[in-house]
Amino acid sequence: MKKELTVFDKPKNVNRFLYLFYLSLVALLLIDPFIHKHGAFGWEDVPGFFAAYGFVSCVVLIFIAKLLRLWVRRDENYYG
Amino acid sequence: MDLALLINGFPPALLFIVGALFIPFLGGKMKPGFMLALPVLALVSIACTPDGSHWGFQALGYDLFLSKVDALSRVFGYIFCIVTFLGIIFALNIDDDLQFCAAYVYAGGALGVCFAGDVFSLYIFWEIMAVASTFLILARRTRASQAAAMRYILVHIFGGLCLLAGILFYVQRTGSTSLGLMQLSGLDSYLIFLGIAVNAAIPPLHPWLSDAYPEATVAGAVFLSAFTTKSAVYLMARMFPGTELLIWLGAGMTTIPIFYAVLENDIRRVLAYSLINQVGFMMCGIGIGTALAINGTVSHAFCHILYKALLFMAAGSVLQVTGKIRCTDLGGLYKTMPLTCLFCLVGAASISAFPLFSGFVSKSMIISAAAYDKLIIVWLVLQFASAGVFHHAGIKVPFFMFFGHDSGIRVKEPPLNMLIAMGLGAFVCVLLGVYPYPLYAILPYPVEYVPYTGAHVVGQLQLLMFGALAFCLLILSGYYPAEMRAINLDTDWFYRSLSRRLYSSSDTILNRVNRVCERVFIQEFTGKLATWAENGAARLLLILMLPLWTLMRLSEDRKTQISSRISTLLKEGAVPIGISLAGVGLLLCGLYLFH
Repeated sequence: MKKELTVFDKPKNVNRFLYLFYLSLVALLLIDPFIHKHGAFGWEDVPGFFAAYGFVSCVVLIFIAKLLRLWVRRDENYYG
Repeated sequence: MDLALLINGFPPALLFIVGALFIPFLGGKMKPGFMLALPVLALVSIACTPDGSHWGFQALGYDLFLSKVDALSRVFGYIFCIVTFLGIIFALNIDDDLQFCAAYVYAGGALGVCFAGDVFSLYIFWEIMAVASTFLILARRTRASQAAAMRYILVHIFGGLCLLAGILFYVQRTGSTSLGLMQLSGLDSYLIFLGIAVNAAIPPLHPWLSDAYPEATVAGAVFLSAFTTKSAVYLMARMFPGTELLIWLGAGMTTIPIFYAVLENDIRRVLAYSLINQVGFMMCGIGIGTALAINGTVSHAFCHILYKALLFMAAGSVLQVTGKIRCTDLGGLYKTMPLTCLFCLVGAASISAFPLFSGFVSKSMIISAAAYDKLIIVWLVLQFASAGVFHHAGIKVPFFMFFGHDSGIRVKEPPLNMLIAMGLGAFVCVLLGVYPYPLYAILPYPVEYVPYTGAHVVGQLQLLMFGALAFCLLILSGYYPAEMRAINLDTDWFYRSLSRRLYSSSDTILNRVNRVCERVFIQEFTGKLATWAENGAARLLLILMLPLWTLMRLSEDRKTQISSRISTLLKEGAVPIGISLAGVGLLLCGLYLFH
C-alpha cells in the first residue's frame, strides 16, 4: 500500500491549522469596515453582523438539535 | 422522416427509455460506449431543438406533446443529461444491468417530465420515474432496502394519485390538457400541488427521502439525488411561481432538516436531509417568483444537482471501499483516500456556498431576491439555514468521514472510473463558482445579478467562518452532540409505527368481532334456524290440531301416535301430494276470504 498521509497526526500541524483559521477570522473582521456596502436591510451594513449571525446561528442550531434529540432519539432497531 | 428533424427534435426521454432496453444485450466495450453516448446525444438533441411544441399527436381526442421546449425546460434538460453522464461514469465498474436500466428509464422519466407539453404525458413520465427509481433502491438487495423501497413506492403512488386526481379535475374543469401556470385555488390545483409537494419532499411529506436514499445502491443514490426532487422543482416553477405559500413552506424546509442532519449518524442520511434543506431554498425562490428568484432557483437546482451528486459519490465511494457509512464507524480516511477527500471537500464547499464554489453564485440570488422583496423573516431564516448547511454538510460530512478520530481503517482509493466521475463533478463545481456566466446565459430570464461584490463575499465568508468557529469551539469543549448509534424519529413514524399499531389493533378488534359473529351466527343461530326449519311446520300444525283433537275426544295415545306421524312426514317432506294441495287450497281460500 502507498505511504499514508499523516499530516494531522501531529498536534503541531493541527495547531498550525487552527491558528491559520483564527487568523482568517480576525482578518475578516478587520477588513469588514472598509467594504462598501448597500444592503437591503440596515443591519447588513453593521460591521461584523454576519460574523455574529453565523456564530449565533450555529450555537442555536446545536442547542435546538440537542433538545430535539431528547425527544426523537430511539434505538437503532426501533422499527424492527 | 427528415433526418434533421429526427436528430433535432427526438424526445430525449424516449432516447433514454428506449436506449435502456438495449443495455442488457450489449457486451464488452460496446456497453460503456453506448451508455456514455446516450446522454451526449440527448444533450445535443435538446440543444438543437428549437423552442416550441414538437412530437404532438392526438389520443382520445386530446392533444398530447412529448416535447415542448422553452428556456426553463432546457436548463433542466441539460443538467439531467450532464448528471446522467457523470453518474454512469461513476457506476461503470459495477456489473448490474438492473441498475443501469433503472437509471436510464428513471432519467428518461425525469426528462419526459421536463419536456412534457401536456398534463397526461406529464403524468405518465412522472409514474415512470417513480417505478424506475424504486429499482435503484431494491438493487441494494438487502432486507432494509427492500422494506425502504416498499415504503418509497407507496408514498410515491399516493403522490402520483393526488397528481392524477388533480389532473383529471383540471381537464374536466377547463377542457384543456395544456401544462402551464396555475393559481392555487380550487380542488384541482390543490391536488396537483400536493402531488408535486410529495416529490419535492416538502415537510411533513419529506421522510420518504431520508428513509429511502440512504438504503439505495452506491450509484443509485447519485441518480436518486438528482431527478425526483428536481423534476418537482421544475414543475413547481412551471405551474406555481409566485405562490406565497411556497415561500413559507420553503423557509420551513430549509430549517427543519438541518436539526436532523446534525444528529444523524448515517452519512448518506445527513446528505439526504441536506438535500431537503437545499430544495427548500428553491421552493422559497419559486414562492417569491420574481425574475431574480426564479433565475436563482433554476441556477441553484443546476448547481445543486452537481454538488449533491458529487457528495453522494464521495460518500458512496467510502461505503463501497470500507463497507461502512456511519460517523461512529469512520474517521481518518484522508490518510489513504486523499483524492476522494479532496473531491468531497469541493462538494462540501459548494453546498456551503463558499465564494469560488458553485453554490455561492446560485444560492445568493435567492437570498438577495428575498432581501429585495423585504421579506425580513424569510431572509433571516435563509441565512440561518445557510450557516446550518455549512455546519452539517460542509463540515460534519467530510470531518467525520475523513478526519475526526482515526477509525484505523486503511483502504485504497475507489476504482478509477469513480475518481474520474468525482473529479469531473468537482471541476464543474469550481468552474461554475469561478465563472458562472455560461450558466447565467441559459437561465429563463436575463441576468443582471453580480455575485462577486466585496460586501457579499465578506458577508458570506463571515457567516460561514464564524459558523465554523462555533463548530470548532463546540467540538473542543465536548458540547457538540456526540455521534451515536441511534435513529431519530421523523414524520414517517406516522406510517411506520402508527400504521403497525393500527394494523395490530384492527387485527385484535376485527378478529374478536369475527369470532363473536362466528359463534352467534354460524354455530348457534344457524343451528337453531335449521332445527326450526325442520320442525317448525309440524309444530305449527300440531298447535292448530291439538285443540281440534281434544274436541274430537281422541285418546292421549292416539294423539301421540298421530303427532309423531305428522312430525315425521313434514320433517322428511314426505306429505302426500293430495294433502299438500288441499292445504295450499285451504290457505288460498283463507286469503281470499280475509283479504
